[in-house]
Amino acid sequence: MDEVAILADVSVRYLSCGDTAFTVEFGNEISPEINGRVMALHRALGSAVHAGSLGGVIETVPTMRSLMVSYDPLKTSRAELEPQIHALVEGGLASGMAERHVALPCCYDDPEFAPDLADVAQRTGKTPEQVIAAHLASPFKVYVLGFMPGLAYIAGLEPSLYLPRRADPRVRVPRSSVAIAMDMTTIYPFESPGGWHLIGRTPLWMFDKRRDQPVFLAPGDSLVFQRIDRTTFDGIARRVEAGTFDWSSLIRTPEDDA
Amino acid sequence: MSAALKVVRSGLFDTLQDLGRFGYMALGMPTAGAMDRIALCLANALCGNAANTAGLEIGVMGPELLVEADSVRIALVGPLSASLSEAEAAPPKPIEANRSHLLKRGQLLRVGMVEGSSTAYLAVAGGFALPAFMGSLATYARAGVGGLDGRKLAEGDLLPLAQPQAPPGEEKKLEQPFDYGEGAIRIVWGPQDDYFSAAGRQTFIESDYRVSKEADRMGIRFEGPTIEHEKGADIISDGIGPGAIQVPGAGLPIVLLADRQTVGGYPKIATVASADLPRLGRLLPGHVVRFQPVSVAEAETLRRDQEARIERAISRFQVARPPGGIDLGRLYEENLIDGVVFHAPSAP
Repeated sequence: MDEVAILADVSVRYLSCGDTAFTVEFGNEISPEINGRVMALHRALGSAVHAGSLGGVIETVPTMRSLMVSYDPLKTSRAELEPQIHALVEGGLASGMAERHVALPCCYDDPEFAPDLADVAQRTGKTPEQVIAAHLASPFKVYVLGFMPGLAYIAGLEPSLYLPRRADPRVRVPRSSVAIAMDMTTIYPFESPGGWHLIGRTPLWMFDKRRDQPVFLAPGDSLVFQRIDRTTFDGIARRVEAGTFDWSSLIRTPEDDA
Repeated sequence: MSAALKVVRSGLFDTLQDLGRFGYMALGMPTAGAMDRIALCLANALCGNAANTAGLEIGVMGPELLVEADSVRIALVGPLSASLSEAEAAPPKPIEANRSHLLKRGQLLRVGMVEGSSTAYLAVAGGFALPAFMGSLATYARAGVGGLDGRKLAEGDLLPLAQPQAPPGEEKKLEQPFDYGEGAIRIVWGPQDDYFSAAGRQTFIESDYRVSKEADRMGIRFEGPTIEHEKGADIISDGIGPGAIQVPGAGLPIVLLADRQTVGGYPKIATVASADLPRLGRLLPGHVVRFQPVSVAEAETLRRDQEARIERAISRFQVARPPGGIDLGRLYEENLIDGVVFHAPSAP
């Protein structure tokens, strides 16, 4: 449900990032409340820029607890922008708007896809099936995209699955591996080095340069995983490869949730 | 017949770059773009392009390009050596940088060594006919996007030209090489200068730092005295602006440049003033710099003054080869120059 809350009474800090950006820091901890404020300001500034106000603002970069505002010093200045943004923060920001609910298919069954499942089960005192169930039950939320294009830091992992990163990171993690570490899950958009625990794989590509929107996930998305078997995986993978997969089918409506 | 430049031999690090890909950092997409935006901007202006037109960023050693178009106007900006041959097998004659040149079908442009800077630029009038990715032609090789198939040039590549032939007009040259300024690199403290001890901050601005071999489009690792942390070397990841200077636990600064990741978890002691970013984009391993703090407002003023100087340099372009004037290239080619210009009078 969309709800509008007023987030006044916020003590924010403005941190300099040279003369082309500054960071609005809402706090120094990871919490849904703080991230909610970050996302609310991200959306408010996006709308303002889209509407042609706040001239000189180029883009904003949300993270767990702060928002970097990037600007063109030839068109505006820090002295001009900071009070305008502070007025927005103090005036209260609408939150909880237009949150997308996404369900991502994930295959946990193939040992090739889930090389760390047994290890995670052993270290958390669960059976592999219980690990999968806990991952499926986790109410995930996309906090940040970064490190590489399309790589999402997704918090909300069921606490009984918390583990530190692997002591021995892999040199090659296959594309679309679904992994967990600490209180988060992620999906590798490219084959790359990585130190998280691989417990499954999605047939989707988190970065597909052929698409108009090459990155599907966005900060603020609510997310759950949906278990699929290997046959379903292969079917979706073929459509993703061919560019015929219907990405809008991943977005859940309230009726789906009911 | 389509117009193109054919890559007969590739250089070491040739990528197409414009001024960067903006608006997608929230999706984890780095901005990429020219390491030295001033040189790209001047190269574009020399051949009549808008500043944000994509050109070829050349590092260390440039490519050999065969003209497969009726004609094309190019401009070369930066400390590079280049030559032109009438045909692939014909002898080369040197051509000057910091000016435009009109090239004809079948001529071979050889871009040689780039010396004293890590980057130089080649622009073509009208730009390249390649599809933009997320609104930009900037090559970001890690994700394989932008430019030509998201990678550096390779032998046999065809760079399609947007214009089948060069527009009419005179060749232009810079009045003098652009003055990037000397002395310390100006920085603004923050965003996490409070993660360092007072002694650590002093070390940072009072020491020489040398560019290590680990220097590329993503960033430059410096060698020098270690900078003392006070609150540890981990933060909850936040956004990384251009020129951010992160200091991991080992205490040595890393300046993050065009291909930097969008967010990161090391504290950033300071950020390079945008006016001095092109200087960072030119540094080579072994170069030594110092950092000098300025305020945000001072850094903004530096940038605006620099932009005015760039505009002035463009307004003062000179005609490179006036009609009826001396064609230096031709004189070199015909080996007449000794007798005509530089002949030293012999003793009586």
